[in-house]
Amino acid sequence: MKLALAALALAFAVSGTALAQDTNSSEALPPREMSWSFDGVFGTYDQATLQRGFQVYKEVCSACHSLDLVAFHDLAAPGGPGFSEAQAKVIAAGYKIPSAPNDKGEVFDANGNRLTRSGILADHFPPPFPNEEAARTANGGALPPDLSLIVKAREGGADYVYSIVTGFGHKPPPGFQVQDGKYYNPYFAGRNISMPPPLMQGSVTFSDGTPATVDNEAKAIVTFLAWTSEPNLDERHQMGLEVMAFLLLFAGLLFLSYRAIWKDQH
Amino acid sequence: MAGHSTYVPRTAFSRWLDERLPIIRMMNDSFTTFPTPRNLNFWYTFGGILTFMLVVQIVTGIVLAMHYVPNAGLAFNSVEGRIMREVNYGWLIRYIHSNGASMFFLAVYIHMFRGLYYGSYKAPREVIWILGVFIYLLMMATAFFGYVLPWGQMSFWGATVITSLFSAIDQVVPHLGTAITQWLWGGFAVDDATLNRFFSLHYLLPFVITGVVGLHVWALHVPGNNNPLGIDVKGPQDTLPFHPYYTVKDAFYLALFVIFFAAFVFYAPNFFGNPDNYTQANPLVTPTDIVPEWYLLPFYAMLRSIPQKLIGVLVLVASLVTLLFIPWLDTSKVRSCRFRPMMKQLFWLFAADCVLLGYCGAQTVDAVRFGIPLLWLARIGTAYYLAFFWVLMPLVGWLERPKKVPDSIAKPVTGNKSAAGVKA
Repeated sequence: MKLALAALALAFAVSGTALAQDTNSSEALPPREMSWSFDGVFGTYDQATLQRGFQVYKEVCSACHSLDLVAFHDLAAPGGPGFSEAQAKVIAAGYKIPSAPNDKGEVFDANGNRLTRSGILADHFPPPFPNEEAARTANGGALPPDLSLIVKAREGGADYVYSIVTGFGHKPPPGFQVQDGKYYNPYFAGRNISMPPPLMQGSVTFSDGTPATVDNEAKAIVTFLAWTSEPNLDERHQMGLEVMAFLLLFAGLLFLSYRAIWKDQH
Repeated sequence: MAGHSTYVPRTAFSRWLDERLPIIRMMNDSFTTFPTPRNLNFWYTFGGILTFMLVVQIVTGIVLAMHYVPNAGLAFNSVEGRIMREVNYGWLIRYIHSNGASMFFLAVYIHMFRGLYYGSYKAPREVIWILGVFIYLLMMATAFFGYVLPWGQMSFWGATVITSLFSAIDQVVPHLGTAITQWLWGGFAVDDATLNRFFSLHYLLPFVITGVVGLHVWALHVPGNNNPLGIDVKGPQDTLPFHPYYTVKDAFYLALFVIFFAAFVFYAPNFFGNPDNYTQANPLVTPTDIVPEWYLLPFYAMLRSIPQKLIGVLVLVASLVTLLFIPWLDTSKVRSCRFRPMMKQLFWLFAADCVLLGYCGAQTVDAVRFGIPLLWLARIGTAYYLAFFWVLMPLVGWLERPKKVPDSIAKPVTGNKSAAGVKA
């Protein structure tokens, strides 16, 4: 038993030291540790932050990044940004969705443009590029990843995405070669990232008066992307409390039964 | 135990049924009046917990299969887009199922180590142990197939790595291994055909497991439970009826286990997962590190510690097949490690070895900690794993002087508490 515990302790100690890394290489820095409203057992998404984050996605990120798994009706769903259904409808109507063949069977107009219709609640966010090749061509050969699950799809989660979008402007260490058409970002694997700095002071104008600093914009977009990655977090945390309360009570009753039944047998 | 039936049908219907299909009698004898050693401790509650987990996995799995689409182009979105977002409580069912797999393995490992510690594999319980090993192997296959289904990056590349192990046979019979691998894939790479057959097998195997579990319990109910003292039941004073004594004890510890399980489902549902699996499978992009699920890591470490592929695969197979021979590798007359001072030390060293191997399996092959290449630690760990069973187990049985074993279960349990101790 002692041996096993010692081995376990050793294993943890060893994994701890792995975090200390050489910062002078092309290896990525560990993400900056931030605190998020959705952290912890009682964590929930902050609605105002989600709405600001949606604005950042719409006005900045969506130029290159798709959000395939998110539907417009999600914007009005419980635990989300809290838009009303009417607001979500207006947002959806602002997007052009490739339409089904018209009654003549055409999907292109006389000029060869794809026929479109306005978006409805059931539609998903349309991608900025029609296909991967088009996306790569427009981005110097790099493919901007879909953002629907990005926070769950990266080691470090929200902290990592925050570190990436705010991780520009650092001076590369002497001798570090920033590749042509790329940007230095110490939090990115290899530190050469194809994405240009996405957020500037005043990239958006928040309608709620929140100052549009890079930090505020980053916190908003990361919260929004955490929500797109895990839209049921609020409900999950809430249900967890109820389930735990029930299970603790139930286990307590079982313990009393256990003690009562075994009373004479120990 | 066989032939202890005390069931008396009380109604006309149950009398009528008892003469035609004595199923109530069987249930009564097996799960109500079944004489169970009175000294079973906490570690014996995992059999019940495992039964519960099997049911949880099957029930959640059947619901998931109603919404899942086994198609390489649609699978990822059917999980991440549909089940996780659109199906009512789909996220809950999926998180229960994915974390349930980890809980299932956690419970089975505790169950196996318990059997190892108390010598539950020794005569007359060899068949129970061997059936258990088959359940474990079936569980690994099922978990592997299941992990492929969401069709994320780690699903795809994990499937590629594991199925490619068969190509090691090429080194013995040229082209045979490749032929087998392609036959398994249903093509020249892991693709739609592979996903479809894995889905089919993932649905099939749990029912095979259920069948073998039935045999496992049947075999258990012939000699009855082993116990922490590892001595035979001498008479009714040594036993208690399974119900209510062990139903209530199992239920209490099951509730604690479910609390532990729920903590992951509701508060850390991706704790056991790999972020790469939230990116759709892409045959053109290999993840930097391909890591299996935690419960397979010790075996992965053994596989990687051998530089020669075929030998690596053979060691992997040997590490599993070895488990089948344990009943005959252990030469000791005493079952429980409580009375085996040498074996007890080696047992805990073995448990620590499995943790070490698991740790090594989770790191990159070239990782170095405290100036020690983990590859070498994994090699030492592999050597100890095999030596523990094939060298130490037979040897220690002869060399060791076991402590004196109590005369009966009833005496130390009810008579003198400190002599037997309630704890191991």
